[in-house]
Amino acid sequence: MQHTESARGWGLAIIIVHWLTALVVFGMFASGLWMVGLNYYSSWYKTAPFLHKSVGILLLLVTLLRIVLRLKSSRPVRYGPRKAQYLASVVHIVIYVLLFALFFSGYLISTADGRGIDVFGWFSVPALGQLFENQEDVAGDIHFYVAWTLIGLVCVHALGALKHHFLDKHPTLKLMLGLQSQVGEKGE
Amino acid sequence: MNKLTLALAALCFTGAANSADYVVDTKGAHASINFKIQHLGYSWLTGRFNEFSGTFSYDEDKPETSSVSISIQTDSVDSNHAERDKHLRGDDFLAVDDYPEAKFVSSSVVPQDDGSMQITGNFTFHGVTKPITIMAYKIGEGEDPWGGYRAGFSGTTSFALKDYGIDYDLGPASQVVELSLHVEGVRQ
Repeated sequence: MQHTESARGWGLAIIIVHWLTALVVFGMFASGLWMVGLNYYSSWYKTAPFLHKSVGILLLLVTLLRIVLRLKSSRPVRYGPRKAQYLASVVHIVIYVLLFALFFSGYLISTADGRGIDVFGWFSVPALGQLFENQEDVAGDIHFYVAWTLIGLVCVHALGALKHHFLDKHPTLKLMLGLQSQVGEKGE
Repeated sequence: MNKLTLALAALCFTGAANSADYVVDTKGAHASINFKIQHLGYSWLTGRFNEFSGTFSYDEDKPETSSVSISIQTDSVDSNHAERDKHLRGDDFLAVDDYPEAKFVSSSVVPQDDGSMQITGNFTFHGVTKPITIMAYKIGEGEDPWGGYRAGFSGTTSFALKDYGIDYDLGPASQVVELSLHVEGVRQ
C-alpha cells in the first residue's frame, strides 16, 4: 500500500472513521466480554448479542469503505526515524488484519448453523453454513484471543501516538484529530 | 399368563434367546440420545448428543441379568442452534473441556410387572457421579435382513442440573432435564 504523502492533513472522512472505529472497537470489546457472562434473565441477554452482531457487521462495512478511502486519498507526511515509521505501518496493517479476523470469526460463530445475521432488523447477512468441524467453538476461541490481541495492539498504537505528541512534539495526534491541517517540514 | 406358563415359555426358548452381548448401533445411527428441558416454563427445548457409544447384554428370559453401559461425548451436544450449542459446551453448562465424557453404567435391572425394566446405575456427568434410574422397555428384537440379530430399547430418566453441579439459572421451570435414550444393539 503505497500512498502519496501530501502536506495536507487527513481527510475529514478518514478522521471521522478513525475515531468512530476507536469508539466502536472499545465498545465491542467491553460488550463482548460482558454479554457472555449475562444471566439468562437479564433483559440484555438477547439484546446485547443482537447489538454486538449488528454493530460488528456495520463496522465491517465502514472498514471496507475506510480502506477504499485510504487507497484513494493521500496521507500526511510521516514523522520520526525510518524504523519507527516502518513499525507504525506494520502496527496499522496488523490492526486491519485483526479487525478482519474479528469480523470473520464473529460471523462464523453465528452462522455455523446456517442462520444469517440480522443487522438491527434492517437486513440480514446470509450464512455460508458450516465450513469446518466445531465451527462455532473454534471461531469463538479465535474471536476471543484476536479481540485481546487487537486491544493490546491498539494500546501500543495509542502509546505511539502519545509519544509522538508529548515526547517528539510531532503533530501526528493533532493531524488525526483534525486540529492541524498544515505541516511544515517533513521528518525530524 | 401365570408364572408357570412364563417359566415354561422361558424353558422352551432357552437356547434360542440366551443372554447375549450387543453393541449399540451408532455406526448405522439406529440409536439416539435426546434431552429436553423446559424453556421458561412455556415450551420444551429439545436437543441431542450426536456422538456416543454403548454396549448391553440382554436375555429376554432373565432380564434381571441384563446390563448396559453408555458413554456420551459431551461436546457433540446439538440443539440446532450454533450459538446456544457453544454456550452449552462452555463452563456455564457442560464444560466439555473439563468433562468430555458422560457415562452411565448399570448396576441392577429390575423387571416390572408391565414388562418394562427399572435400570439403576451410576451416571457420571459434569464430573459428578450419582445413582440414577432409567425406566426402559424393549421395542423388539429379532433377525435383521442382513444376517444379524438386533434388539432395541427405549428408556427415559431425568435429573436436576444442580445435582450435577450445573447451577446456571435457567429459571424455576428449567431445573430438571429429561433424557430419553433410544438404542438398538447388534448382537455380537
